[in-house]
Amino acid sequence: MSVHATSPHFKENAHHALRDVQLQRAMGNVRVGFIDKRAKAAAKLPEFEALRDSARDIKNHTLAHLDLYLEAYVAKVEASGGIVHFARDAAEARRIVTDICREAGARTVTKGKSMISEEIGLNEHLAGQGIEPVETDLGEYIIQLRHEAPSHIIAPAVHVNASQVEEEFRRAHTHLDAARDLSEPVNLLTEARGILRERFLAADVGITGANFLVAETGTSIIVTNEGNGDLTQILPKTHVVLASIEKLVPTLEDVSQLLRVLARSATGQELSVYTTFSTGPRRVGDVDGPEAYHVVLIDNGRSSMLGTNFEEMLRCIRCGACMNHCPVYHAVGGHAYGWVYPGPMGAVLTPSLIGVDKGGHLPNASTFCGRCESVCPVRIPLPKLMRHWREREFERHLSPATVRSGLKAWAFFAKRPALYRLATRVGMNLLAFAGRSKGRFSSLPFASGWTKYRDFPAPQGGTFQERFARERAAGAGRRKVA
Amino acid sequence: MSTARDEILASIRRSLGVTGAERPRRAIVEERLARAPAGVVPARGGVTGRARIELFIAQAEAALATVAEVDAPADVPAAIAAWLRSHNLPATLRRGTDPRLAAMPWEDTPLALDEGPSDGSDLNAVSHALGGVAETGTCALVSGPENPSTLNFLPDNHIVVVDAGEIVGDYESLWARVREKAGKGAMPRTVNWITGPSRSADIEQTMFLGAHGPRRLHIVVVGGGKAAGSGETAENAPPA
Repeated sequence: MSVHATSPHFKENAHHALRDVQLQRAMGNVRVGFIDKRAKAAAKLPEFEALRDSARDIKNHTLAHLDLYLEAYVAKVEASGGIVHFARDAAEARRIVTDICREAGARTVTKGKSMISEEIGLNEHLAGQGIEPVETDLGEYIIQLRHEAPSHIIAPAVHVNASQVEEEFRRAHTHLDAARDLSEPVNLLTEARGILRERFLAADVGITGANFLVAETGTSIIVTNEGNGDLTQILPKTHVVLASIEKLVPTLEDVSQLLRVLARSATGQELSVYTTFSTGPRRVGDVDGPEAYHVVLIDNGRSSMLGTNFEEMLRCIRCGACMNHCPVYHAVGGHAYGWVYPGPMGAVLTPSLIGVDKGGHLPNASTFCGRCESVCPVRIPLPKLMRHWREREFERHLSPATVRSGLKAWAFFAKRPALYRLATRVGMNLLAFAGRSKGRFSSLPFASGWTKYRDFPAPQGGTFQERFARERAAGAGRRKVA
Repeated sequence: MSTARDEILASIRRSLGVTGAERPRRAIVEERLARAPAGVVPARGGVTGRARIELFIAQAEAALATVAEVDAPADVPAAIAAWLRSHNLPATLRRGTDPRLAAMPWEDTPLALDEGPSDGSDLNAVSHALGGVAETGTCALVSGPENPSTLNFLPDNHIVVVDAGEIVGDYESLWARVREKAGKGAMPRTVNWITGPSRSADIEQTMFLGAHGPRRLHIVVVGGGKAAGSGETAENAPPA
């Protein structure tokens, strides 16, 4: 594990988040906006659903042949003059990057936004080696100043309000006029542009992630709206690409399919402003661009996810749609998840990468409403994968004793349908009788975990099964739900 | 070569239950890389002629680029000078060695030209695109001394010249053109797809232009067959 995880304390984190006034105000920007924009972009392209199928199939095909596509990709990068490094885990990846920086005599490195860089804890490590990392994506820059981790995979500072950014800029940019006006967000953007422009021009090494790698041509691809990733990779003498192995796709045609669903799912744009395809270092005659081009291919747990229930998670293209549509993420924000990846994709990926003993709470932080799966551009069945983790947690006796005994008691009845029907009928009638005056309970034995925060509605009489049987007999069961 | 590489490949193969030597698997991969089959191509880009140019322009404008149309390459310098003037921008311009740009009559304008890559001090630059993609209003630019990549990102105002005949409908058609020039399986060092000017919504999810790259993207489409006088705006009109 590379980044300190507070995932085991999800419940405490969530309580804290719900009481955080600034956070709750900022999360209001997620609840509106993203959902509407994605829906409009999807509706504008008649082929969108077919493209999602295509994107899913491309990723499945690549994963099934990942060893061979990796070999083809490496050969192409080397043929174009690039250097490929393999890293089994986070420590090895950090070591490789540090060595490249040392060899380049680097004092400062600029960085494009990269989740794998967060995963391997690169910034802290570089700083410890006397190499200053400078995040250049505006959101990443803001959270670097605040010494925070990103709370969203494409909008890292989504938990921060403009007034907090102003406070941070005044604290960090002390050489600027203290009387300057930063009350408008656009002034904050302009100030960051000016500060970071100097850092871009002074950097010795530029480090970016990769949205995709193309085996056909040995190309790495970054997608940004700001242009920071491009300035990071064309200005310094050395460009380092960090990519986990599942970023690979076979051809330029395949990556075009994925690009058609990525931005639409993420920000609702038809295409991000800058989509950049990089193949090797500066060529003969070039007057700009990096003189050295390195790719660090990182496994860090991916290869052992192949062939398991969780292989489907490796299709993820990090668009953020699942968290944008998640009611739990909306309520608690990204930091509560306690590691690098939040929201539904994080709830599935985190236990895979840091262990179910540490990340086991996260798959439980879901209502299984299914909105994440319904918007995933590569159709990852996120609720099903969360359920797999819940089962594993149960099998490994990691769930609390009350949950285990409760499930056992339920299973005893569920396996005996006649007894189940009788017990629920008796139970429902009892509860309906007891709650007939108020229509709800403010406390109930064995249910304090629920009633501590909200009332439990009193049953109206009758059980679900009875009603289902009745309505089905009346023909209502065949009617489509509107 | 390295142990890490061998171990990662071995781990992948163990998980997939393969050795890596299976002939049918290798054949499948080789065939896909060689043939590069197209997937779902949106019908939107299937338009031709003037309709394709109009789709390109509409999509580029939706991405907040501005677009001017001229009849011939010789009209480009005047159109750029007029656009700079209409935004109260200085009459300076940096470009690479692209022969198509070099052959234009810059001397007929008051523009002071510089040649070569940008060091970050230029306000305005012009590049000639490899082509445009109508489906999303995207300009495709290729690195090299003709059109240095730094011109795409460092100046405040980026002007891109696109030949109407080089505007294709979809990404797949663009890759066909790249392969014509670079060869199958090869790529220029950098291909930049640019769709509108730089922007960020990282502060409170409110979008502002001009994050790190150009604040303005102005596209000049050459030879698109626009009927003279039809819908010319003051901004796009050639200078008197």
